[in-house]
Amino acid sequence: MSKAIDVAGLRKSYGKVTALDGLDLNVASGEVHGFLGPNGAGKTTTIRILLGLLRSDGGSARLLGGDPWTEATTLHRRLAYVPGDVSLWPNFSGGEVIDLLGRLRGGLDETRLASLLKRFELDPSVKARAYSKGNRQKVALIAALASDVELLMLDEPTAGLDPLMEAAFRACITEERGRGRTVLLSSHILSEVEALCDRVTIIRRGRAVESGTLADLRHLTRTSISAELAAPPEGLDRLPGIHGLVVEGLRVRCEVDTDKLDGLLRILTAAGVRSLVSQPPTLEELFLRHYTGEEPARGVAQDTAGARA
Amino acid sequence: MSTVTGSRALAHLAARRDRITLLAWIYVLTALIAGTAYSFKKLFPTPVGRAQFAFSAGHNPALLSLYGPLFGNSIGSLTAWRYGGFAALGAGLMSIFIVIRHTRADEETGRLELVGSAAVGRNAALAAALVIAVGANLGLAVLITVALTLLGLPIAGSLALALAIAGSGLVFTAVAAACAQIAGTARGARGLAIGVVGVTYLLRAIGDSAGPHGPRWLSWLSPIGWAELIRSFGAIRWWVLALPVLVAVVAAVPAGVLAVRRDYDAGMLPQRPGPARGSAWLRTTLGLAWRLHRGTLAGWLTGALIFGVIVGSAAKGIGGLLRSSQIRHIVTTLGGTSAITNAYLGAIMGFSGLIAAGYAVSAVLRLRSEETSGHADPVLATGVSRLRWGMPHLLIAMAGTLTILVAAGLAAGLGYALRSGGTGEIGPLLVAALAQVPAALVIAGFAAALFGLAPSASVAGGWSALGVVVLILFLGAALKLSHWVLDISPFQHLPKLPGGTVTAPPLLWLSLIALALGAAGLAALRRRDIG
Repeated sequence: MSKAIDVAGLRKSYGKVTALDGLDLNVASGEVHGFLGPNGAGKTTTIRILLGLLRSDGGSARLLGGDPWTEATTLHRRLAYVPGDVSLWPNFSGGEVIDLLGRLRGGLDETRLASLLKRFELDPSVKARAYSKGNRQKVALIAALASDVELLMLDEPTAGLDPLMEAAFRACITEERGRGRTVLLSSHILSEVEALCDRVTIIRRGRAVESGTLADLRHLTRTSISAELAAPPEGLDRLPGIHGLVVEGLRVRCEVDTDKLDGLLRILTAAGVRSLVSQPPTLEELFLRHYTGEEPARGVAQDTAGARA
Repeated sequence: MSTVTGSRALAHLAARRDRITLLAWIYVLTALIAGTAYSFKKLFPTPVGRAQFAFSAGHNPALLSLYGPLFGNSIGSLTAWRYGGFAALGAGLMSIFIVIRHTRADEETGRLELVGSAAVGRNAALAAALVIAVGANLGLAVLITVALTLLGLPIAGSLALALAIAGSGLVFTAVAAACAQIAGTARGARGLAIGVVGVTYLLRAIGDSAGPHGPRWLSWLSPIGWAELIRSFGAIRWWVLALPVLVAVVAAVPAGVLAVRRDYDAGMLPQRPGPARGSAWLRTTLGLAWRLHRGTLAGWLTGALIFGVIVGSAAKGIGGLLRSSQIRHIVTTLGGTSAITNAYLGAIMGFSGLIAAGYAVSAVLRLRSEETSGHADPVLATGVSRLRWGMPHLLIAMAGTLTILVAAGLAAGLGYALRSGGTGEIGPLLVAALAQVPAALVIAGFAAALFGLAPSASVAGGWSALGVVVLILFLGAALKLSHWVLDISPFQHLPKLPGGTVTAPPLLWLSLIALALGAAGLAALRRRDIG
């Protein structure tokens, strides 16, 4: 499968501040790729380098098989971009902005435009200064989605949208995937990423700390179990891969490495299960582990490996 | 919590944000007045010479409409006559910019929303803006008084003139506060308030040039007129100072009441919807740039036309200013009164060149504001190259500069024809105006080069370049600056028109320099980071 985005060892610093410190990012053609990271991790810088707005200091970046800096203009005809903080000319109406950006990109699909306006419930005759943040976001989204392009680069596109519009956005992205378009989706909304993305890359301090399918990443996390038993469980504390075990009489709460789930369940059923709540690892846990705490990212993998040994 | 809770902190913030701009305004206005007084001292050292000049100047209706009435013939009187009204107008503009910037403009950017959610009263931002504006005007009054006193002018007159100028600033502070509540946008509020300044200037101009049986009372309706009617260096009417204070209070109180009632970032005037689709114009980056520039260009063009007509019509009778038979004799041997008229018109055309340069710098720097506001990103993320994005703005800046100067030249020629009945000056004035184009474009080119090479310095650098050129033109001769310094200004290299001969080489050189600077800016733009 060809790569829509292929970034390796990308570096960028603003004076003394290092924004990207050897970032790797791979997005295959036709996939929806989640791009996660705390504020200031370098997501927007990466996207702006890919758009040829910024020049990288080192490393390589390929976009749709071309050089994002030297071939910017030709590449841009094949992609659409929604900035994280949409700022529109205050005296332009939404419809004017959509038409302008679409025409500069090489044309809009009129029928799709009409249906998008309806779906996102946007009044295109309102002047941009009168739009709320969510409505400005819709203007940029509609302009991007109504163009016939191969790649969508969306920088936190749902920030400011209400839940109804968020749902409309998800439906749109699902359709785009069906059409075979590639989407790079930078986001903070984990449910959105979980629902939409085939693969995710988590970055922190200008480096990719995790990359893979959600199933891959889940493998590295723990499932939390809480159970009510018929008799006290035996041998739980000797089981490998168990964390934060709390036994209160016949109640048991713990977290277990997902690949050690079998052993735990065997002990629990031996004691007799009256009720069982199992929470699968969420992206949120994965996310929080990388966002908080100072431990280096590789620590997670080592920790799991240690438990296995 | 009162409605002005927190205004102290906001005033501190505003003063910090504005410290450079405010000092620049105050400095330029003080320099204008003090420089004029100094020039008059050099030009007319004797009371006899001043009396002759004052007699003719005080009876020329065109000059009366431009500058206002002349009371007495002391240096102070001449200074107050020549630039008192303009300084009052300048103080008004300064106050408008301060007030709108810290009220509606901050609402539009959302800064006040953040601040307003803290323990801050509904009128705090307005109160802070008023405090800063009043403070700036008082500071201006103190500096003008000190400067004129140091130049040897009577202290009472200096104080009266300074306070009258500050009084005009005070009135427009309150007017701006009211406009900030009425208009739908910061831009609209600024335009509305500046429109009021224009109307009061016109009222004064009509009133001052009206004969004894004309509507002279019109001048009494204008804060700019009060700065003259106080008769600062004659029999001072101190009571006139009560007028601006009264009007300011009358205008500021309803502004405060409206500010508490209206919604955040909304005025009293309704917002109109726009078209649902982009017009055929909005298809290229040139169409986009034209859309962004056309309103500003129309404003500058109107200003240039009005300026041209007023100063052109004032040219008739300039020769009569020289009553001294001795000077007359010299002038006649040098080419007659037409030489005087030509010198005046030449100076006027030089001033038009500066106006055009001001427009050109603002038009070029629009690129920078497009970049920093984030408007450039989505456009550059479409199939638009850096050149195709930047070039239209520079082209419009060039064409706009040309248009403004053509308008100023034609208007001045027509204004002269209206008074004198002869259309003979239209051609020469048009040529004189066109000769200014290369020099104005050099300043614009400098701003464009900075935009490409040192974008974060481009706004300050571009306007500073214009400031240096203005100072050289107005004060260069009076300060006896060396040729090396004077030659920095491209305007120093232009042929003296009308009257002189058109020399192609300097015009050609300046055009080439302007083009090279613009090209350097665009070349650098292709290679640098955006944002």
